[in-house]
Amino acid sequence: MIEIKGLKKSFGKLEVLKNISLQIVSNESYALIGPNGCGKTTLIKSILGMVIPDYGDIILEKSSILNQFEYRKTIGYMPQIGHYPSNMTIGHIIDMVKEIRNTSEKIDEDLFFAFQLNKILNKKMSTLSGGTTQKVSAFLAFMFDPNLLILDEPTAGLDPISSEILKEKIITERNKGKTIIITSHILSELDEMISRLIYMQEGNILFDLSIDELKKETQEDKVSKAIAHILKKQHHVENY
Amino acid sequence: MLRIIKFVMQDIVKNKIVLFYTLLLALLSWGIFGLEDNNSKGILTLLNVILLNVPLVSIIFSTIYIYNSNEFIELLLSQPIHRSKIWISFYLGLLLALVLSFIIGAGIPILIFVPSVLGSMMVIIGILITAVFISLSFLSVVITRDKAKGIGISIMLWLFFALLFDGLVLFLLFQFSDYPIEKIMVIVAALSPIDLARILVLLYMDASAMMGYTGAIFKQYFGSNLGLLITFLLLFFWALIPFLISKKIFNKMDL
Repeated sequence: MIEIKGLKKSFGKLEVLKNISLQIVSNESYALIGPNGCGKTTLIKSILGMVIPDYGDIILEKSSILNQFEYRKTIGYMPQIGHYPSNMTIGHIIDMVKEIRNTSEKIDEDLFFAFQLNKILNKKMSTLSGGTTQKVSAFLAFMFDPNLLILDEPTAGLDPISSEILKEKIITERNKGKTIIITSHILSELDEMISRLIYMQEGNILFDLSIDELKKETQEDKVSKAIAHILKKQHHVENY
Repeated sequence: MLRIIKFVMQDIVKNKIVLFYTLLLALLSWGIFGLEDNNSKGILTLLNVILLNVPLVSIIFSTIYIYNSNEFIELLLSQPIHRSKIWISFYLGLLLALVLSFIIGAGIPILIFVPSVLGSMMVIIGILITAVFISLSFLSVVITRDKAKGIGISIMLWLFFALLFDGLVLFLLFQFSDYPIEKIMVIVAALSPIDLARILVLLYMDASAMMGYTGAIFKQYFGSNLGLLITFLLLFFWALIPFLISKKIFNKMDL
């Protein structure tokens, strides 16, 4: 379980996170959505310790993660745009991450073979297309069978087949009882993967509802329509 | 941590610029010793060449390398590794790689032609100067996220220490030549790692006679064993403190 308490972060004058408090419950899969620049990635990077918050605390399994690093063992992170050392090959990157982790635990190789990374091990990272880089990121995120998966726009840039493979994998992991946080702009694909939905806007959390609650409240049967419904209502309230 | 150092070293050793740097140092050292009959004269010439080149390559190469490793650092940060360890590993990796090319390029010829305390002192100075300027490059990288600005700061630092500082010292000397400023000059000299290194070698070679009265004061302060120790310590701090400051900033940086 992750508890985020009064998180604030500014980049210069720009307030990206404005006092965010949130609970991520274990064994649930969350969708974190919201317009561009609403602070989704900053929130995720705060959980990963890549962005240091100005105020507030993040508590993972009863202890604060600020200035800690060991906890990252239990997190699989797939970045929005994976940046990798350009002169290394796919094989090098995978070996290096394995060596850094230095665990004897069995490696989850499902995606390795599903994405057929074994055929392109000698390709340099700089020559890869955006989609192939995403595949490498996805494999690295799932590799050590982490309890918490943080996926920042996982299917953006993937072809339909690969995208389907990844979705299948996410659903399998969800059914195993993993905690999952997904950000995405493609609302239609979220339906089958998530159980709760967090909507962020301008550094605030607008709502945090389970899918069932959301559907009941809006009388819609699709997540995408339900969100549109809520946002329209919101817009209406703001304007009048 | 050892693994990251290994990755960084492997990556740098493969780099063509480092290879070129090694060859350049080798060419200069062998060339100078080949042309000069007198080896101690040769070492003076080489000292000046080294004190110009080694800082330049160390600071510029390290700055560019760290900026280009941004992605690598990001990847490491998502793994369970402490930030300080990443930063220290990069420093040691760069240091080991550049020291290796210094020893291969300049260290070996120096020790062949001048197999004395003076020769080993030159090699140690080269290593320390490399460490100092890598340390400074780490500082300029954390000062700004902009690559162009960072490289600019590095070039300015090199220009300042390699060229401008001497000019400033000369200016001071002439302006205040009527006053007894010799003792102050000793402190001023400690403000530039390159000057510290130069004074160290000149004093050791007894070439301080060329520096006149100030040289005598320098000899009094730096020439003794204690002075030597202090000078080495000062160089060591020059290598350590900028790096520690940069580490502190890096630990709080958003990536």
